[in-house]
Amino acid sequence: MQFGLTEEQEMIVSTVRSFVENEIYPHEDLVERTGEVPPDVAERIKQKTIELGFYACNFPENVGGAGLGHLEFALVERELGRGSMALNHFFGRPQNILMACKGDQIDRYLLPAVRGERMDALAMTEPGAGSDVRGMKCSAVRDGGDWVLNGTKHFISGADHADFVIVFVATGEDMTPRGPKKRITTFLVDRGTPGFTIRDGYKSVSHRGYKNMILEFDDCRLPDAQVLGEVDGGFAVMNEWLYATRITVATMCVGRARRVFDMALNYAAQREQFGQPIGKFQGVSFQIADMITEIDAADLLTLAAADRLDKGLPANREIASAKLYASEMLARVTDTAIQIHGGMGLMDDYPLERFWRDARVERIWDGTSEIQRHIISRDLLRPLGA
Amino acid sequence: MKVLVPVKRVIDYNVKVRVKADGSGVDLANVKMSMNPFDEIAVEEAIRLKEAGKAEEVVAVSIGVKQAQETLRTALAMGADRAILVVAADDVHHDIEPLAVAKILAKVVEEEQPGLILCGKQAIDNDMNATGQMLSALLGWSQGTFASELDIDGDSAVVTREVDGGLQTIKVKMPAIVTVDLRLNEPRYASLPNIMKAKKKPLDEKTADDYGVDVTPRLEIVKTSEPVARAAGIMVGSVDELVAKLKEAGAV
Repeated sequence: MQFGLTEEQEMIVSTVRSFVENEIYPHEDLVERTGEVPPDVAERIKQKTIELGFYACNFPENVGGAGLGHLEFALVERELGRGSMALNHFFGRPQNILMACKGDQIDRYLLPAVRGERMDALAMTEPGAGSDVRGMKCSAVRDGGDWVLNGTKHFISGADHADFVIVFVATGEDMTPRGPKKRITTFLVDRGTPGFTIRDGYKSVSHRGYKNMILEFDDCRLPDAQVLGEVDGGFAVMNEWLYATRITVATMCVGRARRVFDMALNYAAQREQFGQPIGKFQGVSFQIADMITEIDAADLLTLAAADRLDKGLPANREIASAKLYASEMLARVTDTAIQIHGGMGLMDDYPLERFWRDARVERIWDGTSEIQRHIISRDLLRPLGA
Repeated sequence: MKVLVPVKRVIDYNVKVRVKADGSGVDLANVKMSMNPFDEIAVEEAIRLKEAGKAEEVVAVSIGVKQAQETLRTALAMGADRAILVVAADDVHHDIEPLAVAKILAKVVEEEQPGLILCGKQAIDNDMNATGQMLSALLGWSQGTFASELDIDGDSAVVTREVDGGLQTIKVKMPAIVTVDLRLNEPRYASLPNIMKAKKKPLDEKTADDYGVDVTPRLEIVKTSEPVARAAGIMVGSVDELVAKLKEAGAV
């Protein structure tokens, strides 16, 4: 077992961290207050990321990415996690599912996405289909040589800035011994396609400015050329590419927790009550000890899961454990940080309440904590026949 | 033209400095270390000269403990072409004094024959502000210190210096030593391709003995102490009260 980062990995961490501190932090208050990312700020972050060679660093070199491994990419995401989700969206990391592009899809979607010319978004969730993906109502039916899409997707992050979306819809149903099972197909849909609208979603308490959008398909007609992967092969595409997004959630939670921890640590050292820094009271000092222990544990769990992916080992359970633990750790750490800060921690003059609000969604999106526990326990019990 | 850039590994500027219990210096054990920020500006300027076609090669050199290798890798990741590490101490708390550093650098200059040396005006750890000047004396080269602008014009360098009274522009003959100030440029981030390439760039390792320079300290540190803690401020209710308080304090 090897612990510690290589010199390159250390430099990647310090470069991304400086980038976040200098290019993201200064705009965070504005985004929080307005709920919007000014277009010029977005463009500047994007251009600087491209110049630095970090844009689409999760893609292989043969398509123009930087070819980072899972571990390195997790380190990049961890440092990005310190900054605003709305802003670091423009430190572009297109969905790696685009690697499933074939034929002229490569020139129309994959390469422009990697170059930062076209932004993507991924659409799976529906009002009636959250954890139960197969319960989706969005459907595509054959009409002549085309497909006709109908239905609604919601909670679609990044769709406000997307030039195209990668959408999962039902294209049929199979009867199985356990009941009917939907067949899923993945489509690439350009913004502006007739019958396709993107509109503002709900106002979330978490990650202001990182909007969740609603997509509506109303007799939206698409040719076969828009199918990503195979017809009815949506689940295969999903399984091949989407597992890693949960590592992203886990590692971002770790980065954000470290930022919050530093605030709590400094406050505990400086704030005086009863004639001494509150950090000298055991009640506070033990909270500090518990926070850093949990953060380090989540960090190691996450990096170890990423390392398994790099080594080609099964990592489904490890990724689920990392996502579960890191997101729940962030909830505890942000809550304790507020407790240490007392009343001021809740005031929006101070950045802390934002991290507390932002932390809430991490236990829900990309698979709720309950779904992660399900994945972990099934992985252990199924081989035993239970 | 070859540009030589000496860089120093120092305590990171974000770290809250703590004095060692015995007062012999600042505690550097398990503390984050980085490239001296002024040296980072020097590296940036050297790379810009190369990009502008005014320099062919940028060589970074660091003198200190073996871990200064990380500092050199940072310089390589920013865009320096190669690096020289001169190991002169085993203990991170052993700070090599400016004269010894300047003597070693003079030997490196003899070997490398650079046309220009760019270095930080001072290191943020001990603020000596001496190495560049001493090196200039040892080599008999012209010097332009505290540069906020630099223009290479054939065989001379035009240096704008930040002096107490304002800005002074001087023209010095090359080869020259230019020590750089804060406003000369804004150092770049290391790009991802350059980070990946840094490991493959040559990094020569030497020792102070290779150059026959004695690095034994000539200065004795008598005492190191924390700055006096600032007294708490007071809140005033109005401008009038503020003026009254300032008058009371003899400040206006």
